[in-house]
Amino acid sequence: MSEELKRTPFYDMHVASGAKMVPFAGYDMPVQYPLGVMKEHQHTRLKAGLFDVSHMGQVVLRGPDYTTTAVALETLIPQNVVDLAQDRQRYGFFTNDTGGIEDDLMFANRGDHIFVVVNAACKDKDIAHLRAHLEPKITVKELETRALLALQGPQAEAVLAEYHPAFAEMRFMDVATLPIAGIECWVSRSGYTGEDGFEISVPAQAATDLAKALLAHDDVEWIGLGARDSLRLEAGLCLYGHDIDESTSPVEANLVWAIQKARKADGTRPGGYPGADVIEAHLSEGPAQKRVGLLPQTRAPMREGVALFDQAQGGVEIGRVTSGGFGPTLNAPVAMGYVHKDYAQVDTEIFGEVRGKRHPVKVTTLPHVTANFKR
Amino acid sequence: MKFTEEHEWLRIEDDLVVVGITEHASTQLGDVVFVELPEEGTTVSKDDEIVVIESVKAASDILAPLDGEIVEVNEMLTDEPSKVNDDPMGDAWFFKIKPSDLGQMDDYMDEAAYNKLIG
Repeated sequence: MSEELKRTPFYDMHVASGAKMVPFAGYDMPVQYPLGVMKEHQHTRLKAGLFDVSHMGQVVLRGPDYTTTAVALETLIPQNVVDLAQDRQRYGFFTNDTGGIEDDLMFANRGDHIFVVVNAACKDKDIAHLRAHLEPKITVKELETRALLALQGPQAEAVLAEYHPAFAEMRFMDVATLPIAGIECWVSRSGYTGEDGFEISVPAQAATDLAKALLAHDDVEWIGLGARDSLRLEAGLCLYGHDIDESTSPVEANLVWAIQKARKADGTRPGGYPGADVIEAHLSEGPAQKRVGLLPQTRAPMREGVALFDQAQGGVEIGRVTSGGFGPTLNAPVAMGYVHKDYAQVDTEIFGEVRGKRHPVKVTTLPHVTANFKR
Repeated sequence: MKFTEEHEWLRIEDDLVVVGITEHASTQLGDVVFVELPEEGTTVSKDDEIVVIESVKAASDILAPLDGEIVEVNEMLTDEPSKVNDDPMGDAWFFKIKPSDLGQMDDYMDEAAYNKLIG
């Protein structure tokens, strides 16, 4: 009963580039190209990597005016949407009644509407959720005829500045409508690799022309989902369904930075989103467990599901790895996971059990690799 | 040289058999980042999981192709796991086993049969 996998507009280009295609969130997606995960990762950190992220959901929320739309969205997320300046973007998450996270998202103030990008695996659920709570006052439109590319890495600005000088003027989380190779694109200076870079929303019919133009630059290579995962892991960024899910609160997940002051208990518009009482309680009392960075002290990678203990032998289980693998930039294994609050202090030594053997792990801050955003 | 369906190669060297993985296997695995070797002197049975290879993508096992004793392991791979990608058929051998029954080698494929398997 395998369902037919969906394809992005770049599918034929991926196959022609020699990509290894895998099913991901209902799409047939490139996990790696002939370069391989390690070199793709390094290429992104040193030059510029091009990612097909068209499987993600692109949604436009439109009400009578920005503030009305923003107030409506604030009933579903704990972020400050109302005061977000025009042509600025912000990270957020949909919460549920138990204070858990239903999905994470990016949203941007585009003046007369809010542009939202959500995860591929959650997009149907998210759109239904938005419709159920915001319509009819706000229209919720999924943009199925737009593709999404991310150009990430230190050379991304130079590549795009050849098409328009305004690319170089954009700061981290700025949003603009700009032409690239004669194609009008919606661009944000953001991404999910820890590198400076841009996400580019493009009409599907012009998508492959855009990709071909970008790939014509010597510094630009296609990068697959494999390297996308190791890049975001080193950058300490959460992967929904792994590091955060409907059972983790943003406080446990160490995402309090993404809840602006205006929405906290002492703010100007406190609460008013699902699970606000639980999240407020976690904020004031502290959660029982916390997401932390983990640095395995041996060469053995610790992957998702590895149990964490307080002792090298015996002892008790005090946490679990939620994302882990090898970090090509650190040239060492890296991970993140949840640990009991008593073990969440930086430099605490704990132990991860890999194939029946316990290896020392050091609790650390995130990100593992310093972000190179253009603030 | 003989080959297993698990994509290992076996080369007789005096009374020992040297074991590694094939070029095909190393390509399929992707960039190898960690190799866990057995201890020298370990007695193993055919199909025991004795080596763990971790690539950037996943962990996989190498099975003992023969009954016998592990007499030498390639320590270099612990420090330089990427050798498995660079020279899988040469420098990046995993271990040398002293087989208790060299006749078990007959179960395995020759190069022509292996090349047919990987098509």
